[in-house]
Amino acid sequence: MAGHSENISRSELWGGDGSPFRISYGKQWMWMFLVSDALTFGGLLTAYGFARHSAPSWPIGEETFNAMPFLGSGYPLLYVALMTFILIVSSVTMVLAVEAAHRLDKKGVIKWLFLTVIGGFFFVGSQAWEWYHFIHGSHFGSILTSQGWAVVDINEANEMILRMGRGLTIVGAEATTLYENATASMQGANLIENEYAPLVPQYANFFFFITGFHGFHVFSGVVFNLIILINVVKGVYDKRGHYEMVEKVGLYWHFVDLVWVFVFTFFYLL
Amino acid sequence: MERDDLVQDHKYSISANHDEAHGVEIRKKIWKVTGILTLITVVEVLIGAFIKQYDETGGDNALWPYVKIGFLVLTVVKAAYIVLVFMHLGDERKSFKWVILAPYILFILYLIFICLTESSYWHEVFQGADSINP
Repeated sequence: MAGHSENISRSELWGGDGSPFRISYGKQWMWMFLVSDALTFGGLLTAYGFARHSAPSWPIGEETFNAMPFLGSGYPLLYVALMTFILIVSSVTMVLAVEAAHRLDKKGVIKWLFLTVIGGFFFVGSQAWEWYHFIHGSHFGSILTSQGWAVVDINEANEMILRMGRGLTIVGAEATTLYENATASMQGANLIENEYAPLVPQYANFFFFITGFHGFHVFSGVVFNLIILINVVKGVYDKRGHYEMVEKVGLYWHFVDLVWVFVFTFFYLL
Repeated sequence: MERDDLVQDHKYSISANHDEAHGVEIRKKIWKVTGILTLITVVEVLIGAFIKQYDETGGDNALWPYVKIGFLVLTVVKAAYIVLVFMHLGDERKSFKWVILAPYILFILYLIFICLTESSYWHEVFQGADSINP
């Protein structure tokens, strides 16, 4: 019956004291936000899978992404592996910042959070280079030959090599003949056409949208980390008695790393 | 107004502060997981660099479907370490852990299933025996 709740012992009731999940309001809703954000990324990556699975052909990751800054091409997947490593390391420094925060070790939090911000900047910078290189295109671009589209490259012996797709190549004199009789060419990538997959323009669209959306998340994460770092230095959390804000931005930062693990697999490895 | 961002009396197990001795233990676990994540990434790149999707004649490499599954398994292992250890979801209450994980896993599996089914159909339309392409 209504109105008799005072007869029930408080020990049987939740009583509104603390959260049933034993987690603070802020952290709980950071998790809720991350779930919804993960659904957005899940939707994007599934749409990518849809396009890829129904497309006639798709470029090979280690052929498209084989360049290193200052060193040129011929380093399949190495640069993106380095980027992945940088992001994992910055995730580690973030956990260490959270661990230091639990000991109320202000100096430790400042050190590890600072390193996390540096790692974040390195990653955003790497992604900017990756985009620059993707838009600018490979050294020679792609040509339309009588045998279909081909990506032009040169091998160690300085001979022309045409990548015809499905890992097939044409080398030497035959390649030169095809090159001289090419009827069309393109270099680089934009939202309308791209040299990596001349027959599937949506390849570049997915690349720009998914890595761009992720890069925007990384950039926001760096800004959040920077704001919290400034607060830590100013002693805001000492006054509050706990460093839970470090833990909350930490959750966001690990999420960014988590998404990259999937982008790395679906865009570069598979 | 009562503030619930103030952590009192070790009410929240994760937010509770810990001492240096406990910290040593936690840091050990963090470095162990760092090693595992790095190792998995190195293995993935090596597999990607040495096992090709197609053979010399442009045919499908018979190994590739297994490599693909291998990549997916390694990715999920990495993701699990990040979520359960770095994000501490493994240390949260069981009820909270499943409130976060169960809806997501269910929905995403469903999404992957319908998208793969539908794109297989379109692949058949464009490239199959009765393709609409001339």
